[in-house]
Amino acid sequence: MRKDLTSSIAAIAVFTVLLGLVYPLVMTAIGQVAFPGAADGSRIARAGKVVGSSLIGQDFRRDSGRADADGEPILEADPVYVQSRPSATGYNAAGTYFNNLGPNNAELRDLFVANLDAYLALEGPDNPGLRRSDVPVDAVQTSASGVDPHISPQNAAIQARRVARARGASVDRVQALVEKSTDGRALGVLGEPGVNVLELNLALDRELPAR
Amino acid sequence: MTVQGWLQIALYVAILTALTPVVGAYMFRVYSGERVLLTRVLGPLERIVYRLLGNDPEHRQDWKGYARTALVFSALSFIALYAILRSQPIHPFNPQDFASAPWDVSFNTAASFVSNTNWQYYGGETTMTYFSQMAGLALQNFISAAVGIAVLIAVIRGFVARSGGELGNFWADLTRTLLYILLPISVVGGLLLISQGTLQTLAPYVTFATLTGGEQTLALGPVGSQEAIKQLGTNGGGFFNVNAAMPFENPNGLTNFINMLLILAIPAGLTATFGRMAANRRLGWALYGAMTLMFVVGVGIVYAAETNGSPAQQLAGLAGSNLEGKEVRFGDAGSALWVVVTTVASCGAVNSAHDALTGIGGAVPMANMMTGEVIFGGVGSGLYGMLLFVLLAVFLAGLMVGRTPEFLGKKIEAREIKLVVMATLAVPLLALAATALALATKYGAPSIYNPGPQGFSETLYAYVSQANNNGSAFAGYSGFVQPDAGNAGSSGITFADVLGGLAMLGGRFVPMVLALAVAGSLAGKRVTPAGPGTMRTDTPTFVVLLIATILIVALLTFVPSLLLGPVVQGLSTQLF
Repeated sequence: MRKDLTSSIAAIAVFTVLLGLVYPLVMTAIGQVAFPGAADGSRIARAGKVVGSSLIGQDFRRDSGRADADGEPILEADPVYVQSRPSATGYNAAGTYFNNLGPNNAELRDLFVANLDAYLALEGPDNPGLRRSDVPVDAVQTSASGVDPHISPQNAAIQARRVARARGASVDRVQALVEKSTDGRALGVLGEPGVNVLELNLALDRELPAR
Repeated sequence: MTVQGWLQIALYVAILTALTPVVGAYMFRVYSGERVLLTRVLGPLERIVYRLLGNDPEHRQDWKGYARTALVFSALSFIALYAILRSQPIHPFNPQDFASAPWDVSFNTAASFVSNTNWQYYGGETTMTYFSQMAGLALQNFISAAVGIAVLIAVIRGFVARSGGELGNFWADLTRTLLYILLPISVVGGLLLISQGTLQTLAPYVTFATLTGGEQTLALGPVGSQEAIKQLGTNGGGFFNVNAAMPFENPNGLTNFINMLLILAIPAGLTATFGRMAANRRLGWALYGAMTLMFVVGVGIVYAAETNGSPAQQLAGLAGSNLEGKEVRFGDAGSALWVVVTTVASCGAVNSAHDALTGIGGAVPMANMMTGEVIFGGVGSGLYGMLLFVLLAVFLAGLMVGRTPEFLGKKIEAREIKLVVMATLAVPLLALAATALALATKYGAPSIYNPGPQGFSETLYAYVSQANNNGSAFAGYSGFVQPDAGNAGSSGITFADVLGGLAMLGGRFVPMVLALAVAGSLAGKRVTPAGPGTMRTDTPTFVVLLIATILIVALLTFVPSLLLGPVVQGLSTQLF
């Protein structure tokens, strides 16, 4: 028993140094040298300033100038930008959490109804004939991380029409940028294709600046 | 469901099957003390570790000695981890200036990581210093995994021993597991993940203005090194609160796939290691076959259920699959496959919100855990749990045909069966008693988030997950009220923290000791050569019998509770 105690204490000390400190610090050193951008959060800069991470989604709504009952500013979709998925966390990348509403929760249905209505109100005018059942699920349902950087290609194609009008550009040119910002399946089979919304909006600002 | 989705699932099963004999053979050589490629580099380090520990690797322990060392080491690991979690203000590598979480949350977390559960009431990026993540949590990812594998190897030695009652040297098995298996694969896996965008930095969080004039802060940290061992050791505790759904942990379809392979690589490989140690590789494949069969059925059910969508979305008029709580880059297939991988293994890392799964989609991960985590299961613990089920199946078969039950040429007698039954019933008892306590008293109510049957499911999931050392959650269930990042003004929900912590410790160490006791009892028995009257355990017939035993013994215990929660929701479109 005494021998077990002394060996255990020695083992905890040895492995804390070896696996708890040396291992992660050496991995950090290698990561920083070999994959500097990736290891630091895949940040994107514009005009020398960081504006986001290509892996982390952003909120592309703007301050509407109005406030709700609590005095919080009400956000509205910025029409010149493709909008990200709904987020339960306000695109918080420093305190993530799940939405956690169950599949039979009435609150979840109400959230879906509100998101569906908002999507149809925003995209309906540029997409005549767009029905509720045509709306892609990712435009209505919240993501897991709250900072999903992607939307589905179908969702982007619908939004492209509104963005094109708001920017005074042709739908084809916007759609071409959508396709450029689409990440395909890894190795052709793993995962699903998604349009990287931040990269797309940066490309829109660069190639088709709003007047 | 799509062809692409099924292709991804088929590819996963194919690669896992191909890896199994390779990983299994390598581990067999490591534990036999044979030289491997890394011996030249790691051999001297291994000897230094033995000298520092004062251990003679040739000294062999009987089951009691082995169990005592494992328990003492785990107990001291628990104390060390608790001390680290409670001393955060004085840590180095604390750029965000985090205070410690309250005692009850820290107790739960320490129990969680020492028991290889990695249940999380805390949110990593709002609670833990980089030092706690590296030297506290990720260290236990290594250690608790290695303890599980070491115990399994000792158990197998007892099953196959030709003479004597000794099971091996705990420190030698532990050190070899850490140095030759977990560390090298973590280095390679971690660097692969980092190359794809998983973070690996010690810098403080960074804040900037977004395109529309808002503000966003990116939480950073040494994630890649922790992510690799978290999957490989079937630990599952995320660096971030949303675990592997966070793009900084799991940035794309490729990393998603690598993560899933890391989760099952060792539990699957160990079936082949067992086959080699038992000098009957077909037996290893039989166990792999039984596990894979149950696994694939689970994937199919979850994939189908999630593609059907949820009642809430159907009533809102939204057509299509249930993408609520899922990420676009993983999609239905990449999320459904993960749900099953992480719950057949006692990993518990998640890439989607399990609370948002459909009723039936959520019943499968619960059922996986309720089998006692033996469909692959945790590293080591899964297979020793499975071996106990094998003894039970052999015993039941023996009763049915009137033969003396034998396994690997050894007679299975009353003492072994008593121990097996205690081990297989202890965990369900713990899970159900804790669930009942949480539901029947007022103390469980503050933890529940969803109304109606989903609230029941959250509670059941929480205690089944913790008692079986899985660690995934219907994450609405909470044990930590944290108003702001940095733990200022936070408080724990003591009942949930303590009950869960005790369930995890009991669920880990009771079956572990009982499995070692069975091995110790078998180790001294004579081996009788197989004759025409011996029931073979490496045939498809036995695989079916084994699956039936698991389903009857483990699942029937839980069917009434499953009916009250997920099944009710899966069968109705009623909202609550």
